[in-house]
Formats: sequence, structure tokens, C-alpha cells
Amino acid sequence: MKTDRLTIAGTGYASRLIVGTGKYPGFEVMRRAIEASGAALVTVAVRRVDLTRRGGESLLDHLDLEKTKLLPNTAGCYTAEEAVRTARLAREAGLSDLIKLEVIGDEKTLFPDTEGLLQATRILVKEGFTVLPYTNDDLVVAKRLRDAGAAAVMPLASPIGSGLGVQNALNLMLLLEEIRDIPVIVDAGVGTASDAAVVLEMGADGVLMNTGIAGAGDPVKMAKAMRLAVEAGRLAFEAGRIPRKRHASASSPIEGLLH
Amino acid sequence: MTIVLNGEPHEAPGGASVLALLETIGLAAARVAVEINGRIARREDFAGELLREDDRVEVVQFVGGG
Repeated sequence: MKTDRLTIAGTGYASRLIVGTGKYPGFEVMRRAIEASGAALVTVAVRRVDLTRRGGESLLDHLDLEKTKLLPNTAGCYTAEEAVRTARLAREAGLSDLIKLEVIGDEKTLFPDTEGLLQATRILVKEGFTVLPYTNDDLVVAKRLRDAGAAAVMPLASPIGSGLGVQNALNLMLLLEEIRDIPVIVDAGVGTASDAAVVLEMGADGVLMNTGIAGAGDPVKMAKAMRLAVEAGRLAFEAGRIPRKRHASASSPIEGLLH
Repeated sequence: MTIVLNGEPHEAPGGASVLALLETIGLAAARVAVEINGRIARREDFAGELLREDDRVEVVQFVGGG
């Protein structure tokens, strides 16, 4: 989708980078990393309140909700029913229709259960949610999610938290060529800044990451690197890269050589 | 009366409202979502929504996640 900024269901966001709030060493590092990332959307998970730990700090105390909008997820759900239930609770807690829909199909790879994902997407779209499904790199599934009313599709680049970068370049490129009417946000697998740049250079509308920043040696510095990489990657995409050639092509003129 | 709160038995005064329950466990109503027997309780109804013996109550909040 070609727009000057990331636009999901008619709402524009100041950044093409979406970041998570999990796995940080502490709330203060998280707050500073999110600020450095420039992200305008941050993901959160929905969990039972731990009644044995009263008076503990709350995540929301450490998020600037003026600058960042919450994108609740359904992480940890293995069926469409669980995901729909979690999404409804998230809407009630956050007073927003945005949901990052995850229906996981395999514990080891955390690959999505695309059948459950489609089922849950259909139900939640009907209930007025703005559904952003975390999916695999399958173009056919992406088309079905779009046709079911998903507001974006979020294919993985490699397994969640793996840091392996783009392991499916051809599939992502084919998906990006075909899905033009809703944003494609690459979600999962980014390990370092160049991975994020590659994704944006390919034409992705955005990128979502958590571990790549939160697990870095210096999360605040990595968050800044990711912000710059996303900006650089998008600029390169808009600029239009040179075609790849098999042989050299001199940059300096042939005319006027001394010999 | 005994209710099941987040999977554990919990003693609450008979006829307590959802709002009263949240207050006794020290939670701000604005930060949580509540489900009673599988049905979402709307925040604006917390004061009027009364709990009954054996109700299964889930109270959830946002935590860090990706």
C-alpha cells in the first residue's frame, strides 16, 4: 500500500515501526527504548491479574499513552475461541478496537494456525474489531485474511524471537506484490537493524518487533538503530533501487583517460 | 460467599458488586477487564453488577508482550 505514512483502517501513524513491551530488563529501560524507537503503536499482552502480588507496578504507568497507542495481542492463544475471548477482554480493558490477532498452531516454532486465524478474523471483524493478524508468509492465506476483512496482514520473516532476519525473501516479495490494498507489516524475526531495513526496502508498510530491541545488549541504543533502519529502508524503497547486474559498470567516465 | 476469582476460591461479602470486589483487591477499575461466567462485564456496569455464590470471575490487565 503506497501512502506517505503507515495507515491502518484510516488512521495514520507517525512511525512505520511497531514495538513490543515484553522481555525488557525493567520498565524504565522499556520506556526509554520505546521513546528512542519513535514507535506510535506498542503491543501489549492480556493476562490474569496476579492476586498474590498486590500493589505492584503496572505496565500502563510506564507508557506514554499520548504518544503511543496500545495494540493488544492474543499471544498464547491456540484456538480461535481463546483468541476471540482474549480480544474481547482486551477491547474492554483498553477501550480500543485494535487487536493483533495471534492463533498459534505449534509450540516449538510459534507458527500460526492459519485456519484458526481465519475463523477468529471473521468473528472479530463482524464484532467491529480492527484485526491485524500475525500470519505466515503464505500469499493465499494473506488474501483470505484480507477478504475476511483484516485491516492489515502481518507475515513473519522468521520465527518469533529467533532474530534470524528475513528467511523467506521470495515469499514476502510475492506477498508484497499482491497485497496492495491493505498494509503488510512484517512481524517477527528481526534480529538487528539491517533486517528491519531489508524489510522496508522490500516495500513492507511497517515492521513489528519486540525481542530484537528488548533482548539487545543496550535496548535503548538498538531501538534508535531500528528507528533509523526503518526510515532508511523506507527511503530506499521510495527512491527505487538500481537493477542488479551480473557484471561491473564503471562509475567514472571512460573519456579523458591519460592512456 | 465463595466465588472463583482467576481460578482460585475467593471469599467475598454476599452480593458484592464487581466494583467492590476490585476495591477490596486493590485494583483500579479503569485498568482491568472483567469476565463473569464467560461474559464480559462492561466497565460502566461494575457498580451495579452483583456477584453470586460460585460465580467464576476473571480479572485481566495489560502486561508486557510482543
